Amino acid sequence: MTLLLNGAPQEIAGRTLAEALAELGFSGRIVATALNGDFVPARKRAETPLNDGDRIEVVSPMQGG
Amino acid sequence: MASFYGFEPRNPLFLGTAQYPSPAILADAVKRSGAEVVTVSLRRESAGEGAGQSFWGLIRELGVRVLPNTAGCHTVKEAVTTAQMAREVFGTDWIKLEVIGEDDTLQPDVVGLIEAARILSDDGFQVFPYTTEDIVVAGRLVDAGCEVLMPWGAPIGSGRGLNNPYGLRTLRRHFPEIPLVVDAGIGLPSHAAQAMELGYDGILLNTAVAKAGDPAAMAEAFALAIRAGRLALEAQPIEARDMAAPSTPVMGKAFLA
Repeated sequence: MTLLLNGAPQEIAGRTLAEALAELGFSGRIVATALNGDFVPARKRAETPLNDGDRIEVVSPMQGG
Repeated sequence: MASFYGFEPRNPLFLGTAQYPSPAILADAVKRSGAEVVTVSLRRESAGEGAGQSFWGLIRELGVRVLPNTAGCHTVKEAVTTAQMAREVFGTDWIKLEVIGEDDTLQPDVVGLIEAARILSDDGFQVFPYTTEDIVVAGRLVDAGCEVLMPWGAPIGSGRGLNNPYGLRTLRRHFPEIPLVVDAGIGLPSHAAQAMELGYDGILLNTAVAKAGDPAAMAEAFALAIRAGRLALEAQPIEARDMAAPSTPVMGKAFLA
């Protein structure tokens, strides 16, 4: 299916958020996730199904003021 | 010293971590300032890059507390989701809540700010709202659960100092028990000293240090100014007056005319 990952189209095979993150190379990273604008805690990624056209945001620490 | 949700820093400088020439200079500035809290943010992570991971490693090595922000959020929904993601990534209930209402001034959308502050406070967050000096808004933020308020000095990054010292003084007098931090617009150590002399409990700044020619030296200058301003407040300054009053005693002066 096609997702929007951080605003860019991305083809993935995984059916859950956890599978998609592993497939995209985020394993072991300190990241937080949102699905269609709603926060998804790390512990719920494995039970969060994905659908074609979903918007996923994956964020990590950065400098800020 | 004021208590920020139970934390009592000896040095109430909240230092931003953005815009430094290099990570090493950022680390020097934090160390030399003696800041015990730094602000951080979140950005989109690309799988191959991992820049966020190395930045987070650097901050953890510094051993300071972090205050994550919701910079760049324009809606309540964005700010709340960003805060929830920040809590998981940074492992803290602290959130510097920004809901921006206008892009030229980066003025907070105080209506959205109050709503987001209520949602986050109810969800267990300890909210540091970036607000204006408006005392009515301040009261609503306190009602929403905020135990700290952070009014702007001037627009973010402008370096203009305290645009409205009268308004900031009024806010201080209306909320004597609430820890107040001037957040944004500070350009010089003298601005920080002025805010502390007004009775403010802390200063949050980033650009004035990060973009200085020597960020580490400027960071120390701010720390000294904050301490000076606080000490001056405690020492009870004199009132300004319109007419001169001789400081040297005139009694016993030789008559030479």
